[in-house]
Amino acid sequence: MLKFLNSLIAAVLLATPLAAGTLGLGRPALPDEIAAWNIDVRPDGAGLPEGAGSVLAGEGVFTEKCAACHGDFGEGVGRWPILVGGEDTLADERPTKTIGSYWPYLSTVWDYVYRTMPYGDARSLTVDEVYQVTAYILYLNDLVEDDFTLTKANFTSAVLPNQAGFKRDDRPQTEYPDFRKPACMANCKPNVEITGRGTAKGAEMGQ
Amino acid sequence: MVDKITRRGFVKAGISASAGLIGTSAVAQGDPKITKVQKWAQELGEGLDTRPYGLPSPHETGVQRRRVPWLTADAYSSINFTPIHDLEGIITPNGVCFERHHAGVPDFDPADHRLMINGLVDQPLVLTMADILRFPRENRVHFLECAANSGMEWRGPQMDGAQFTHGMIHNVMYTGVPLRLILQEAGIKTAGKWVLAEGADASGLSRSIPMEKALDDCLVAFKMNGEALRPENGYPLRLVVPGWEGITWIKWLRRLEIGDQPWHQREETSKYTDLLADGSARRFSWVMDAKSVITSPSPQMPITHGAGQTVISGLAWSGHGTIPRVDVSLDGGVNWYPARMSGPSLNKSLHRFYFDFVWDGKPLLLQSRAHDSTGYVQPTKDVLRQHRGESSTYHNNGIQTWAINEQGEAQNVEVS
Ligand code: HEC
Repeated sequence: MLKFLNSLIAAVLLATPLAAGTLGLGRPALPDEIAAWNIDVRPDGAGLPEGAGSVLAGEGVFTEKCAACHGDFGEGVGRWPILVGGEDTLADERPTKTIGSYWPYLSTVWDYVYRTMPYGDARSLTVDEVYQVTAYILYLNDLVEDDFTLTKANFTSAVLPNQAGFKRDDRPQTEYPDFRKPACMANCKPNVEITGRGTAKGAEMGQ
Repeated sequence: MVDKITRRGFVKAGISASAGLIGTSAVAQGDPKITKVQKWAQELGEGLDTRPYGLPSPHETGVQRRRVPWLTADAYSSINFTPIHDLEGIITPNGVCFERHHAGVPDFDPADHRLMINGLVDQPLVLTMADILRFPRENRVHFLECAANSGMEWRGPQMDGAQFTHGMIHNVMYTGVPLRLILQEAGIKTAGKWVLAEGADASGLSRSIPMEKALDDCLVAFKMNGEALRPENGYPLRLVVPGWEGITWIKWLRRLEIGDQPWHQREETSKYTDLLADGSARRFSWVMDAKSVITSPSPQMPITHGAGQTVISGLAWSGHGTIPRVDVSLDGGVNWYPARMSGPSLNKSLHRFYFDFVWDGKPLLLQSRAHDSTGYVQPTKDVLRQHRGESSTYHNNGIQTWAINEQGEAQNVEVS
């Protein structure tokens, strides 16, 4: 009977949406634990730590720690990603998507570099070094002058060119009405021709 | 014909072709496999415990994940493909589930794993794996499809094999804790509208998930197909986001942050946004629309038995629900026939379909077309291009065509 009551209570508690700690599992996260992991940065600057970095200092860090893969000017070495260029190519047949041409927010650069670059040695940069290379990437994309210094205070005033280029997924409005129509089953088109053939063979693709 | 297939590495296809011949044509002498006592019918086989963890038969070693080296700069931020052409039913065996990592596969002891819940919560929490195992759990089968699956096909047919055109997908049964219960344990503040899910690997991969989805059907999973998650699939803990693009299913899940706005992380801005013909881009295009593919015959699975009774086998799925119906065309989309659905029809899971027919040995243009439970009908690639152009990389769910020639070989083609 007691058991039955308990499970009733548990069921009621589970159904209560916003009550914390209903199962009594886990332990409180400590402030320094949260600080160690809570490194994300949002477009409105939320999450940015205090710090600053100049284009000039950024050139040094970038040359030493990034250029081997991304090139001295962010042009990309071999297959490694390029970080500059591509302005006004987004509607082209072969668009070039970079921080300068495509990315909507600078906060993403700061956040991403801090959490995962340099590739293979993540979390090795100091906060100021991240400000420095972020400033330098802005400079490489012709978005600031060479005497610019990026700080927590002026961060949100640096707007990337393609910020307005994004919209919320509009498939429900633009596609689904077209695609939710009865399908043709017989004599759906007058003739069929092969218009293209795939040639990349499995055997050539390796393991 | 058999020679050619063998040269291309499809030894198995060659074997089944000769077996098929003996089985179907009249023979003058008895088959020695029947008339002679075989070794395996005489001697003892391997004792048990030879392999405490079993592996497929040595005759099945061709069933492998494969990579396309030229797709990425290296093997650490890269992808391989599930051998869907070799598989049947709806469940993907754990060992061949495709992998996509951004900083390799981290190796850690589950005893070292922590899950933190912070942000707009009443009580920020730290959970160990032992804590996770005390939450009520659920079992559900879901497909995981990378948003870039079929992404190489936007500008026309390219990859010659279902594994490579459609293999960034797998379907397993997850055991996990509803994300809702974990968030509620910390207590969601009313301003909390978004969840940032973050991985523990060196890419710190992170995505913003709206609260509505987080409280709906997401799981924090620790088992796949009954056993622990494989390291390459997020061991010891991953997020399951049913019906949504694979990049949101954060592996090696270490943190859930509640916020009032999305974070616009790199994998939801620079990548996994869909560039349209006019230069604008869709973001947060989470749901994987209805899609299907014939897995056999296909370029890696030619018809080797010649004309006669033939099985077409394929997969269909939708991030919006179930697949009540798939149509198959033999003539490039002029005429369509309803396929036979087989196996469980589960929400946001792979579905298996078959079309059994007598092949006359003439060329075919095979297509399949999925209908999902919302009435959405899988579009052609041309119709998709009319809506999106050719640069969107992600979410290509257009109808696939395989051209079958008189020899039964298949090629990836597109038709008018
Ligand atoms: C060893 C090669 C290497 C080094 C060194 C390196 N990166 Fe990277 N970088 C990469 C790779 C590989 C990626 C893509 C990773 C992925 O997609 O998972 C990348 C991605 C990036 C991106 C995102 C590009 C895009 O368009 O999405 C930025 C920004 C970046 N790196 C900045 C830096 C900075 C700053 C440094 C130096 C502190 C650095 N990288 C050092 C290899 C490198």
